[in-house]
Amino acid sequence: MHVPDGFFNAAVSLSAGVVAAAGVAVCLRGARRELDDRTAPMAGLVAAFVFAVQMLNFPVAAGTSGHLLGGALAAILVGPYTAVLCVAVVLLVQGFFFADGGLTALGVNITLMGVVAVLVGWGVFRLITRSVRGRGAVVAASFVAALVSVPATALAFTLLFWIGGTAPIEIGTVAAAMGGVHLLIGIGEGLITAVTVSTVLAIRPDLVYGARELAAPLVLRGASGDVTVTSESPAPPAPVAARRPGWFLPAGIAVAALLAGVVSFYASSSPDGLERVAEDKGFSGQAADHSLGEQPLADYGDVGGIPVGVAGLIGVGVTLAVGGGLFFTVRRRDEGSGRGEDSDRKASV
Amino acid sequence: MGAGHHHRLHRPGDTLVHRLPPQCKLVAVAGFALVVVATPREWFWAFGLYAVLLAAVAAAARVPAGFLLRRMVVEVPFVLFALAIPFIGFGERVTFMGLSLSVAGLWAAWNILAKATLGVVASVLLAATTEPRLILLGAQRLRLPPMLVQIAMFMLRYLDVILGEMRRMRVARESRGFVARDVRHIPVIARSAGALFIRSYERGERVHLAMLSRGYTGSMPVIQDLSVASRQWLVAGMLPGAALAVLLGSWGIA
Repeated sequence: MHVPDGFFNAAVSLSAGVVAAAGVAVCLRGARRELDDRTAPMAGLVAAFVFAVQMLNFPVAAGTSGHLLGGALAAILVGPYTAVLCVAVVLLVQGFFFADGGLTALGVNITLMGVVAVLVGWGVFRLITRSVRGRGAVVAASFVAALVSVPATALAFTLLFWIGGTAPIEIGTVAAAMGGVHLLIGIGEGLITAVTVSTVLAIRPDLVYGARELAAPLVLRGASGDVTVTSESPAPPAPVAARRPGWFLPAGIAVAALLAGVVSFYASSSPDGLERVAEDKGFSGQAADHSLGEQPLADYGDVGGIPVGVAGLIGVGVTLAVGGGLFFTVRRRDEGSGRGEDSDRKASV
Repeated sequence: MGAGHHHRLHRPGDTLVHRLPPQCKLVAVAGFALVVVATPREWFWAFGLYAVLLAAVAAAARVPAGFLLRRMVVEVPFVLFALAIPFIGFGERVTFMGLSLSVAGLWAAWNILAKATLGVVASVLLAATTEPRLILLGAQRLRLPPMLVQIAMFMLRYLDVILGEMRRMRVARESRGFVARDVRHIPVIARSAGALFIRSYERGERVHLAMLSRGYTGSMPVIQDLSVASRQWLVAGMLPGAALAVLLGSWGIA
């Protein structure tokens, strides 16, 4: 589901863009830990894989079919940082070259299908595999992770749409409809993800990032019958690495979403005519159940149009400033901890 | 979708629009899309003027209308969604040809259709007049992280290869009589996806080694001269500039 231009108002588009940029910046650093110097070619090929796999249609129920989002699958196979990067690049390429997903909605798309889908999928996966061990657990966790990630993405979309969408749809109905349909699609996604992961586990278990802890130590048997067991199993940096953005990004999204929510109704309520139509036609009584709509309308409708655009601009500016601050905080933290980790690694070597 | 898929997006040519540096075009398209999104939806004629602006660019770039229309197919899912909004929207309803439609929903549908269409046409024009690689280099000039640009470039280069692998697997499945009809067939598709992942990943490793043996140190040399004369910025700025003039003009009138 690629959001085109015009679906969200400018404030939400821009703040989602800031969230997406912050997320991608964090992942660019994290991916170097997951793939070291091979980052660009490997992530490029995995991105091509994600692009291809998104074209796989699978039958859901009688007559309907869905297509894979691939966020959870990519996270389990190559790690969360690389997965966010790959999905972001896929969306970038689709937006630039295929006109699939609007350029102004790129931030929304990356935030939803990259950051939210991957984080939720990876979070659920880690939660399960940390408590239960074994190959079966990895496959089952893949199923649950992918199953949860799809409706979670749909609900995040609904939340954004409620904050700054351009259509008058009741949040409850949309949430129910989106959640319901995407739960069905999620089952398909979960099945495909689980079987894909188990296939890769059967052939090249070393390629499944989420199952690195299962890797057996290398046993060398010499010609004279001596057996050497190398205990050198690649220490997964995932637990430490995954936790930080795990809480930080959702918090960032929440802050940005809150800002966008407060800001965007200033930016949008009057210039876009929904509430005005509502008031003119006398059904603004209904606005009681979305209480955001009523008050600013009463104020701005009377003042006469001018502050509306100005407020919109100020709102966008504030959102950008705060979002930019967030971005730089993320960067500094990341630099700091990155250095710490490097020195740790050196110490352990 | 198969071999050479993304090459058909680009229409080589030597017009004023083709010659503009990619970063100028990117900024112009993004600025234009932003202005369109910011336009209140009641201003019908402003959208008409935006369409005229795009038509002028298409004419200058000698991109035929048929090409644009064919490429606009990507929009179809959202057209369907937009058409559904008047039926599920709440608020006052009007009856038109026996159908009960929500007024606010009609506005929303119009809003999405108009803005999404203009955005899609602008993006299609960008892709049609600029080589894919150059768009990415232009994005790098605009401070998109070089790592992201490199990933996108590797993806673009090998996209056809991966899609070709997928097509061959599909041909192999179907020549053995496979048709995905219901949920029981998902494992077959999933095993293909698993095989595809392993092939992609291993190809990635080979590509990396091949790059290393050719002196790759983690960054790609840029051999194109992507410097911009200020005159070119001026030319590229005409599209968003004119759109902004339309927006401000209609604001003054409204």
